Amino acid sequence: MDLIANHITHRFGDLAVLDDVSFTVGAGEGVAIVGPSGCGKSTLLSILGGLLQPSSGAPELRGAPPADSLNPLTFVFQDFALLPWATVEENVEFPLLHTQLTAAQRRALVEDALRRTGLTDFRQTYPKQLSGGMRQRVGISRALAVKPAILLMDEPLSALDSQTRELLMEDFVRLLADGGMGAVYVTHNLEEAARLADRIVVLSRRPGRIREVVTVPMTRAARAEAAAREKLLALQNQIWSLIRNEAIDAEREVQHA
Amino acid sequence: MLDRAPAEIAKDTATRRVRFRGAGFVPASSRFGGWIALALVIAIWQAAGSTGLVNPLFLPAPSAIAHALYELAISGALWQHLSASLLRIGVGWLLGTAAGVAVGFAIGLSRLARSVGITFISALFPIPKIALLPLLILWLGIGEEPKIATIALGVFFSTAISVYSGVDAVPRNLIRMAQSFNVPFATIVRKVIWPGALPAILAGFRITASVALLLVVSAEMIGAQYGIGAFVLQAGNLMQTDQLLAGVVILSVFGLAVGKVIGWLEIRLLHWR
Repeated sequence: MDLIANHITHRFGDLAVLDDVSFTVGAGEGVAIVGPSGCGKSTLLSILGGLLQPSSGAPELRGAPPADSLNPLTFVFQDFALLPWATVEENVEFPLLHTQLTAAQRRALVEDALRRTGLTDFRQTYPKQLSGGMRQRVGISRALAVKPAILLMDEPLSALDSQTRELLMEDFVRLLADGGMGAVYVTHNLEEAARLADRIVVLSRRPGRIREVVTVPMTRAARAEAAAREKLLALQNQIWSLIRNEAIDAEREVQHA
Repeated sequence: MLDRAPAEIAKDTATRRVRFRGAGFVPASSRFGGWIALALVIAIWQAAGSTGLVNPLFLPAPSAIAHALYELAISGALWQHLSASLLRIGVGWLLGTAAGVAVGFAIGLSRLARSVGITFISALFPIPKIALLPLLILWLGIGEEPKIATIALGVFFSTAISVYSGVDAVPRNLIRMAQSFNVPFATIVRKVIWPGALPAILAGFRITASVALLLVVSAEMIGAQYGIGAFVLQAGNLMQTDQLLAGVVILSVFGLAVGKVIGWLEIRLLHWR
């Protein structure tokens, strides 16, 4: 199943946020969206996931999702969006409650998702008892339970410390390794984009337009090797040079606001 | 320090402990402090009464109030008055709460209900509900109904406000999360909005319990033969201040008991906080 951003334009009142953004996320592909602050990255992701109505254009799906997918487009949120009154297990089961699955089928899916994210021993724990990294693991586990075709990740690591970020980044790389699941990954962090994505969509400052689409010239597995570090760094520098001046302008605008 | 010469500062090698400046401003209380203070006040009060320092007509001693309570209990009058008040409070509170929760949720979830509901609530909430009792007597007769209706009205407005404020306070990101999983509206209300609004709803119950108590006493003072309010008024008219204060103690104990029940509910239902 492909996800297509078809000439998406969006305004909040008089404020133009996105201008004619078009690209396609192929099945199993990882696409990162980067750009200066306020360029509309998160807005674009909300539109792609059907949580926000664009002013014009539309998000579209092409092809059938995998037969076992219960929610083809599934978000992983920056703030985790966990139900604080529910245990880890109940949070992961939450998106399955309204489906036609039997209790045993739900249990099996929850079990599998908890196992894949290393949360099996924390099933009865409440979110407030967990660290930020573990909370995000619950968010990822919940997303995996519905067998998504494409994960929509809105800066999923930005609220975490650098060590936890690194650990979760490794998890993401592992999750996307078999190519069965695609991802749209919104981030400020160019290193994360370079490590995770097959292509990087670089947006311009508001209103966000596609400035460039950069292809990462190696497989995700190859990126873990020491020899790849220099190439990835060069790629990050290339993208940074594209957005640096606009990032400075965006920062000044925020300071003056 | 600023007026010391740089050379003098350079020579000063003595170590000094950094003075602790972070004491106080912690919202904590000692475990028995409140009880000790209460016991102390009662003891002083009793001593003032026993020594004749205070005229018992104006302020009977705690022992006299306790005796009046005992007399009321063994004569059966206490239960007669208490049961009448509890029935009114119970029925009025339940009716007002049920309607308030329903209307509060409607306002919290529907744009139309919000625009209509908030206008009416804003206009009617500030009215002291006891002022409506004569009108309610006119409409409903002089039986239990107008008293119950007064309590229900008072409870309704406070409940509706706390419920829709609670619904408004449910983090939007949780609702968006549920929508992103195609969770149906009813399930979002049941599994996200209801538990999310529950802290505000229970906080509202504390307020409405006090409102109900206030209104039952007021309503019973205006027109009732039995009930704690009627008893207190009657005792006052007869200058039986020990009985009057016995009634006040009953009201205080009732308020404390309700607070305990709500506290217990909060611990049971909001353990995740």
